[in-house]
Amino acid sequence: MSSATTPPDSDPSQRRRVHSMLKHYYGLNEEGKVTEQAESLDPCDINGPHFDPEVYLNKLRMECSLGELMDHESCMVKQIRSLDSDMQTLVYENYNKFISATDTIRKMKNDFKKMEDEMDCLSANMAAITEFSAHISGTLQDQHAQITKLSGVHTLLRKLQFLFELPARLNKCLELQAYAQAVSAHRRARCVLQQYSHMPSFRGIQDDCHVIMEQLAQQLRQKFRDGGSSAKDLSECVELLLQLDEPAEELCDKFLSHAHSSTTNPFLSPTAGTDILEFIDRGCNEFVSSLCLVIASYQELFINRPQEGELASKNIPEMANGKLHVFVDTLAARYFSLVERRIQEEKGVSDNSLLVRALDRFHRRLQAISKLLPGSAVPSQGTEIVVRAARERIKQYLSALQTFYHDSLTDVRQALAAPRHKDATPSLPELLTSLSNFILNQLKSVLASVHLFTAKDITFSNKPYFKGEFCSQGVREGLVVSFIKFICQSSRQYCESAGDRGGSTPPALLLLLSRLCLDYETSTISYILTLTDEQFLVQHHTPVTPVTALCAEAREAAQKLLNHYVKVQGLIISQMLRKSVETRDWVNTIEPRNVRAVMKRVVEDTTSIDVQVGLLYEEGVRKAHSSDSSKRTFSVYSSSRQQIRYAPSYTPSAPMDTNLLSNIHKLFSERIDIFSPVEFNKVSVLTGIIKISLKTFLECVRLRTFGRYGLQQIQVDCHYLQMYLWRFVSDENLVHFLLDEIVGSAAHRCLDPSPMEQSVIEVICERG
Amino acid sequence: MKMEDDAPVIYGLEFQARALTAQTAETDAIRFLVGTQSLKFDNQIHIIDFDDENNMINKSVLLHDAGEIWHISGSPADKAVLTTCYSKTSESRVLTCAAVWRMPPEWESGNHESPDDSSNNPQTLELLCHLDNTAHGSVACVLWEPMGDGKRLISLAENHVLLWDLQESSTKAKISSTATLEGKGQLKFTTGKWSPHHNSTQLATANDTAIRGWDLRSMSQIYCIENAHGQLVRDLDFNPNKQYYLASCGDDCKVKFWDVRHINEPVKCLEEHSHWLDKEIHSNTHHHCTRSLKMCTYTTGQILVWSVRYNHSHDQLLLTGSSDSRVILSNMVSISSEPFGHLVDDDDLSDNEESQQEDKGKEPLQDSIIATYEEHEDSVYAVEWSVADPWLFASLSYDGRLVINRVPRALKYRILL
Repeated sequence: MSSATTPPDSDPSQRRRVHSMLKHYYGLNEEGKVTEQAESLDPCDINGPHFDPEVYLNKLRMECSLGELMDHESCMVKQIRSLDSDMQTLVYENYNKFISATDTIRKMKNDFKKMEDEMDCLSANMAAITEFSAHISGTLQDQHAQITKLSGVHTLLRKLQFLFELPARLNKCLELQAYAQAVSAHRRARCVLQQYSHMPSFRGIQDDCHVIMEQLAQQLRQKFRDGGSSAKDLSECVELLLQLDEPAEELCDKFLSHAHSSTTNPFLSPTAGTDILEFIDRGCNEFVSSLCLVIASYQELFINRPQEGELASKNIPEMANGKLHVFVDTLAARYFSLVERRIQEEKGVSDNSLLVRALDRFHRRLQAISKLLPGSAVPSQGTEIVVRAARERIKQYLSALQTFYHDSLTDVRQALAAPRHKDATPSLPELLTSLSNFILNQLKSVLASVHLFTAKDITFSNKPYFKGEFCSQGVREGLVVSFIKFICQSSRQYCESAGDRGGSTPPALLLLLSRLCLDYETSTISYILTLTDEQFLVQHHTPVTPVTALCAEAREAAQKLLNHYVKVQGLIISQMLRKSVETRDWVNTIEPRNVRAVMKRVVEDTTSIDVQVGLLYEEGVRKAHSSDSSKRTFSVYSSSRQQIRYAPSYTPSAPMDTNLLSNIHKLFSERIDIFSPVEFNKVSVLTGIIKISLKTFLECVRLRTFGRYGLQQIQVDCHYLQMYLWRFVSDENLVHFLLDEIVGSAAHRCLDPSPMEQSVIEVICERG
Repeated sequence: MKMEDDAPVIYGLEFQARALTAQTAETDAIRFLVGTQSLKFDNQIHIIDFDDENNMINKSVLLHDAGEIWHISGSPADKAVLTTCYSKTSESRVLTCAAVWRMPPEWESGNHESPDDSSNNPQTLELLCHLDNTAHGSVACVLWEPMGDGKRLISLAENHVLLWDLQESSTKAKISSTATLEGKGQLKFTTGKWSPHHNSTQLATANDTAIRGWDLRSMSQIYCIENAHGQLVRDLDFNPNKQYYLASCGDDCKVKFWDVRHINEPVKCLEEHSHWLDKEIHSNTHHHCTRSLKMCTYTTGQILVWSVRYNHSHDQLLLTGSSDSRVILSNMVSISSEPFGHLVDDDDLSDNEESQQEDKGKEPLQDSIIATYEEHEDSVYAVEWSVADPWLFASLSYDGRLVINRVPRALKYRILL
């Protein structure tokens, strides 16, 4: 409670305080709502609503001293006075405001009365205006209709004027070559002219227009046909012609035939003498690019243009697309045939990279067509050509390898035929290694060349053919396996035809080839195939020839060659022996003084064969020899067996004993297999040769009749052979057995079998 | 189809022998003639009768005291008449002569009753006539006209072909024509064969490595296969059913088959080298292979093949005898006159459905070795089919062992059915 009493308007804050207090008193808060406040429940709060004067007074009386009560009383009086004055001020203020409001309302009442009068006046005026306006428009109606009609006539007249002027205008356009304007003008007039063509005047115009437009079309066609114009001109030309109802098909045809001549002309000239890369480059640059251009512009003209109006209904794109495909296909076919012919001419196998690059370029450029013309068969045909070329290439490489192999063999032959004494002549092992290396290197270089087809940067290398079939069927089977088979095959051929039909395969070559095939079997084949598989990452989708089969084939070829070698060499020696037995008169021969020269020759030849075989094949196993084989066995054979064999001559009274004894002997003697398979070692080879030779010797002896000295000569010869041949064979008993048989047979066939003293034989043989 | 085959029958001669023939005119009994070779003793001709039912041999011995026998051949018309080539030694000169002989009429009855006596008291052959060759040198062989009347003979003496006519009951031989092989060096026929085809007007001879054909009407050479074998040609035989086909064998260990119209290459060649691959190729491509006369090789495993004989009735059956003391029976279906690969006419089998079914079950016969016979212990110089029984054959080795064998039953029935 402020003690200071201030005039009501003196301070706004003061007034507001008073307001709020009043408000408070009446239970209104700021928002004018009655709120109940907790603190106001105190009956002692003098400003609260629940103030109880009795309680308050009692309280004061109990609590305060007199002085205080006095003070309190005076203070209370002061407050009451100020409140009273405040209330008087408020009442005064409100009264004043009420008075002024009453005055204002009275004044307004007067004003409204005046305004009502004016509004009445206005509505009267408006009614008059409306009436007037209706009157005026009624009068003007007729004239307006006339004006509308006149303006219609005016338009018509202008159209007519356009029509009448049309021929002239068209002519003008024709002169100026403003074809587009002419066509649009004519198009505008066409319908009208068509509609009114029954009227002579219009017909005249129409005819004129026709003539002119015909002329125009003619000019356009001419322009189109000349083709010298730019693509844009051409396109405009086509568009105009289409608008002139020119049949689209004809246009397509004309366009394509024009394109045809322009595309093919430069390329179709025969191009000999250029290398393949250059050729393909020319093909790509001249043919494929211009073909692409043609396709692009054609599509621009006929296919991709927006179709409007009546043209849309004709379905030009479909028709045009069909024509384009046919066109491209025919051209591509010519191009392909040309390319293929050129590729076929590519026979030299020296540099494959050129061909591969050419094919790559060829293939790459065709991709452009596939982009331009989706669904065209051309790129896939191109791929096929590449595939065919690759196949062909493999074949060429195979035949090149074969030729190379033959040439190498011819070289080897010549080296073998060259005189022995020259130091420069390479020995058999050297020839073998060099031949083997030559072949391997050649094969490797061929593989490297073929490998170019599958290089990463070559576009067609990721085609399924080059990933799969090319590697497995082409390179592995078609090239490597075929070549190995070819080697085996050609080796076998040496065994078949040559030798007995006057063929002249040197035996050394047979031996060399046999070793080569054997080496192939043991290592080379698996090496080559592993190399191929690794290089080409061959994935075997289709069954391929297993290494084992090839090895078996090579081994068989080796065996066959070695067998043939044995036979050829054996036959050469046999032949010598046979002639020596056949040509001599064994009955009337003189007492032997020497070993016959042919026997020495046989031993010499056998020795040289031994050396030759030893160069390429390992020694092999032989049965253990006695300390001095030649001596010991000889004595056995001469003393014991021969004595038995000769029994009939000494006991002529008992003819049956001969066979009995010899049969008994045979029964107990080890049966020797005359023909056992030749193994891959020196001893086995020599055994085979000696067996054949001695067997022939035996058979020839059995066909002759001997005199005493004839038998003795055979004895000497056999002893000589005995001395030298045992060392070559695996089982010396074989030689003994056969020589025994020979001497025995000679004794049988002898008219006067009195054998020579063993000691004499030895002396003669030792003398040489 | 397991069948027991009869065991081979073995007969031992006392002497060495290389001459064997079937008695050509005898078509009832199975009979072979063997000539011995001995320089010291009287030579013999053993008449071997084979008793098929009891699997037994009956032998008779006739003395041939003229010399050791190199070749023997029976008359096609008279079973008692035969020729031998024998060597005669006189004044340290050995000459091989030829003669026509007649067996004594009693040998058959007499010997059968008392076989023990035969060795003690052998009867002697009756000499009909000599084929006098003193002017022409040693005779390699004597050939009778096949299926003839027993009056025409050919002897091959050194480099001469002599055609003889037998007159006056074969007691006189007269040379009707001759041909001589001219050339460098000492040419000498080793063997020959009179072709049963073309009305018996052709002859094939072998000298060294060449095979020659002769026309007997003009006595001139009609073909010559030079270098038919790598070495000496030892024997020849004509296919009895295919007139242009000829088999030959020789020292190069091969047996070759020739079509004398195409002499540049043999039709087929058998040799000793490994044959597995060839066999494989063969089974895959035999139709093209054999029809186109492509040369195919085959193994027999033999060396120095001395004798080759076609079966008289079934020409796919072929016998060879060789130095390795083996006899090999081969079945050369692909070049025989039999339909190859079962190209059997339906008519033949239409009345026998079952056998047809059975046939289809079998795989077609391939060229193959049927059997190797190893009963011999010395070189086999002669093999012969029996005239009377086409499934039976004899082989003779140098040590005097004669072995009689039969075609395996399984094969026999396969061929017959």
